[in-house]
Amino acid sequence: MASKYSNMTVKAYRRENGRVGVRNHVVILPVDDISNAACEAVANNVKGSMALPHAYGRLQFGEDLELHFRTMIGTGANPNVAAVVVIGIEPGWTKRIADGIRETGKPVAEFSIEQNGDFETIRAASWKAKEFVHWATELQREECNISELWVSTKCGESDTTTGLGSCPTVGNMYDKLLPEGITGFFGETSEITGAEHICQKRAVNEEVGERWYQMWKAYQDDVIFAHQTDDLSDSQPTKGNIEGGLTTIEEKALGNLEKIGRTSKYIDILEPAEAPQSGNGLYFMDSSSAAAECVTLMAAGGAVIHTFPTGQGNVVGNPIVPVIKITANPRTVRTMSEHIDVDVSGILRRDMTIDEAGDALIEMICRTANGRNTAAEALGHREFSMTKLYRSA
Amino acid sequence: MAEIPHLLVHERDDNVGVVVVEGLTAGTDMLCCITHDNSTFRMTAGADVPIGHKIALADLKTGDTAMKYGEDIGKIIADIPKGDHVHTHNCKTKRW
Repeated sequence: MASKYSNMTVKAYRRENGRVGVRNHVVILPVDDISNAACEAVANNVKGSMALPHAYGRLQFGEDLELHFRTMIGTGANPNVAAVVVIGIEPGWTKRIADGIRETGKPVAEFSIEQNGDFETIRAASWKAKEFVHWATELQREECNISELWVSTKCGESDTTTGLGSCPTVGNMYDKLLPEGITGFFGETSEITGAEHICQKRAVNEEVGERWYQMWKAYQDDVIFAHQTDDLSDSQPTKGNIEGGLTTIEEKALGNLEKIGRTSKYIDILEPAEAPQSGNGLYFMDSSSAAAECVTLMAAGGAVIHTFPTGQGNVVGNPIVPVIKITANPRTVRTMSEHIDVDVSGILRRDMTIDEAGDALIEMICRTANGRNTAAEALGHREFSMTKLYRSA
Repeated sequence: MAEIPHLLVHERDDNVGVVVVEGLTAGTDMLCCITHDNSTFRMTAGADVPIGHKIALADLKTGDTAMKYGEDIGKIIADIPKGDHVHTHNCKTKRW
């Protein structure tokens, strides 16, 4: 049934594989930590390109290495990225990542440092990066339906106002836009604890709900109970959560889950950094509750816009995905307004409804998709944080 | 609603509410609103409670369950008089 959201359009970039991106980055992607310096040198040579330095990529193995490859390939494949230069220490893993990104059809070039050295690698990669920047900057935005956007969510520095205002705002947005055909992501496995009975019931059917529960329970057993400390060493809830008035993980979880609204159901469960394969709809991604890690994983899964409710004022951003900050906390609006894109503090004063707040967020999603830089982008927040599952070999 | 509420409560069954104004002081005659149905009531704050922190809506006893969103959010570990501050000093998770 048509709604007032059905005909909303944005001006965005349609990529070779049909996906829609809202940014047009040329990324210089290091395969491993020791290739960061070469990538940063290339990005310094070629304005309009961006290096994504990170801490990992050597001596990983098994599931942890698979996650590394998935995150690297997913980041390069994200529709917000126009073209990619991949640089690694040796050609094998470098080619594997470049070929993975190449499946999208976008321009990719790879370089490896051994037997070339940084200087020769930087020289050759800079020429290619410059060619990609010239090409990408001539691409034009075109009209796309709002339904083509992949929108993720994760909250941070939550407090009691996130459960009252900013998380229900995101939930209202999903309740309105998921029926129009967008793809959504939520996650934060540890932070559902206390609301797992509710989250399980929000699956589209019992089979998906049971798989969700087993995933959540495996995390509890293998990570929480294996390394347990009292109150998780003040990490869940965090010191910031407690300062903001959240007392227990149950209270935090119930507020967190407000992000999926009243009617939305998730249709499948994703591994960290996995791209959805089951069509349009809402997905739960097994993910850390740490802001930068979670946003990085969802970006690697293909999200092009991230909606981020905050209470006490988490300042996180992401290099390739615009992060829209929403807060209902009037003190945070007063003290940290440079970080806030959508002020829904009127919900606490009872002069703004959740419905109005959801519409305000949808408007900001459209403006962001059309090119408006978010607060996090304007402030240079480019936190690219890989998730690591266990110690390297 | 002309007057701005001091305290918001999610559900009718809840026994805690959230302070949503800065600088709330003990003795304040609070306007309280249940967001589920927009109904209101008044209550006196028993302590200075920061914005975002919780206040007991009834006398709570050790061993009681704190209720918010109509759900169990933890156990009460010290008696709390109605109107007083509810936080980590008197309420704890049941999970870990």
